Amino acid sequence: MDASRAALSRTTRPTRSGNRMEPWIERAVRLAGLSAIFIVALIFIFLIRLSLPALTRIPLSAFGDLRWYPIEERFGLVSLVVGSLLVTAVAVGIAVPLGLVTAIYLGEIAPPWLGDILKPLIEILAGIPSIVLGFVGWVALAPLVQRLGAPTGLTAFTGGLILAYMALPTIISIAEDAIDAVPKSYRDGSLALGATRWQTIYRVVLPAARSGIVTAVMLGIGRAVGETMAVMMVTGNAAHVPRGTSMLFQPVRTMTATIAAEMGEVARGGTHYHVLFLIGALLFLITFAINSVAARLVGRRRTGEGGG
Amino acid sequence: MRRQQRQRLAFLLVSGVAWAVTIPIMLVIGLIATRGLEGMSWAFLTEMPREGMVEGGILPALVGTVWLTIGTAIVAMPLAIGAAVYLAEYARPGPLTSAIRLAIVNLAGIPSIVYGLFGLGLFVLYLQLGTSIVAGALTLGLMTLPVVISTAEEAIRAVPQEFRLTSLSLGASRWQTIRHQVLPHALPGILTGVILGLSRAAGETAPILFTAAAYYLPSLPSSPADPTMALPYHLYVIATQVPNMPLAPQFATALTLMLIVLSLTVAASVVRSSYRRRREW
Repeated sequence: MDASRAALSRTTRPTRSGNRMEPWIERAVRLAGLSAIFIVALIFIFLIRLSLPALTRIPLSAFGDLRWYPIEERFGLVSLVVGSLLVTAVAVGIAVPLGLVTAIYLGEIAPPWLGDILKPLIEILAGIPSIVLGFVGWVALAPLVQRLGAPTGLTAFTGGLILAYMALPTIISIAEDAIDAVPKSYRDGSLALGATRWQTIYRVVLPAARSGIVTAVMLGIGRAVGETMAVMMVTGNAAHVPRGTSMLFQPVRTMTATIAAEMGEVARGGTHYHVLFLIGALLFLITFAINSVAARLVGRRRTGEGGG
Repeated sequence: MRRQQRQRLAFLLVSGVAWAVTIPIMLVIGLIATRGLEGMSWAFLTEMPREGMVEGGILPALVGTVWLTIGTAIVAMPLAIGAAVYLAEYARPGPLTSAIRLAIVNLAGIPSIVYGLFGLGLFVLYLQLGTSIVAGALTLGLMTLPVVISTAEEAIRAVPQEFRLTSLSLGASRWQTIRHQVLPHALPGILTGVILGLSRAAGETAPILFTAAAYYLPSLPSSPADPTMALPYHLYVIATQVPNMPLAPQFATALTLMLIVLSLTVAASVVRSSYRRRREW
């Protein structure tokens, strides 16, 4: 430890009990700091430990089976992965453009008083529990989707739409921070050169905020892939690979919903049980990769010259 | 000028999109509020469910959610505040600190259902806590950590450096400085983080699905080792699993849950803004 601190503690005479306890308190604080690493490692170890039996009992090629039918010991993950991808793709396709444009509106165009109304509204959206949004999707949105002509309202599209609204607050708030962080001098320079406000936003502010916007998109994707309850309520949960032009309007089943729906009824220690943990381990790895890359982008932005 | 026209068109489109995003939020809140009030009553909040949950109230789910939330606070607070103190006051830039930060980012990104699996594997089965309030609170507590750590760290960092230097120069030790100068001033900010974390935990379903939640229980939980009903799971059950369930109690349950979560969110922002106004530096 540094010398000045050592000198400091020699010259001070704190109360005895404080003195004796202090090293222990500081050790406890340090342990708490390290706990995050410990917990992530523990989660990973437990997921791997509980999914290993699945990998030893089933040949890898069996996971490529198109059918997920645990009763017949058919554990094809394709339909679940495709379900997750499809729902996430719809969500991202809706939430990213809407979120970015809303962030531009709030950061650059909206009068401050309107921002003061809309921002809390978006914060409220972020606070609504996913099960409540799923419920709204179930009772209100699904019937609307069905009226569009789908055989059922519980489809990949319905799930993606609900997910989009759940990812929007994340995307909007991070993108807005990124836009706010663009120095005012950039805008002044552009306006002084005769550009309109829109040209300034489009050609100067957005490119300067690029890395923050990418982060927002990635965290939005991470949020969408991992969402469970709302998706389970509105996607119909049919474990088949959707095909054809109407694939968005067919029921699908995501990886998360499969775990949530089946773990409660499965025999502990059976193959099915371990395969569900394997799906959990996959989800962990996917979100870990997304978040690590996003964190790296944020770090680069902080250490780089941009932002500020 | 064409450029001006293009700008006008672009601004019109942009504000149209912003409204397309925000109007559905108002519709959702309005729908749950109006339809929820129809089924809401004092009896609904204070009675046990009857007739296969079609009749009666939601008392056990409400009580269960309160227990789980208190348990989450007990689990998350000491660990999160300790971690925040470490990151703000002790950690030096380096690979270890970067690893901690990366771990926190990833904890925040782990899907809630994966927390549920982990809680089942570690707390329910390995530590043999069974499906119980304790197991659920431990799972929710871990899930809540990252939110509380980041908010608390920010609050601790916001305490001016002069406070620390003055305390140290008067002969206080490092820990005495943190305990008596830094933490009291950071307390409202830390509290904001804790309440925000709890508001998230109270609304979560997936982490308690296999660790704490029961479909239906005839009595209130009598100890932390008991399983419990909980509002989010109860809403899922009555919306999708109970045949012939009338809509009114479903909406009223959704409204109750939303009110609990939103009042916690509002409490957090009230604490934060009153603290900003009072701040003397």
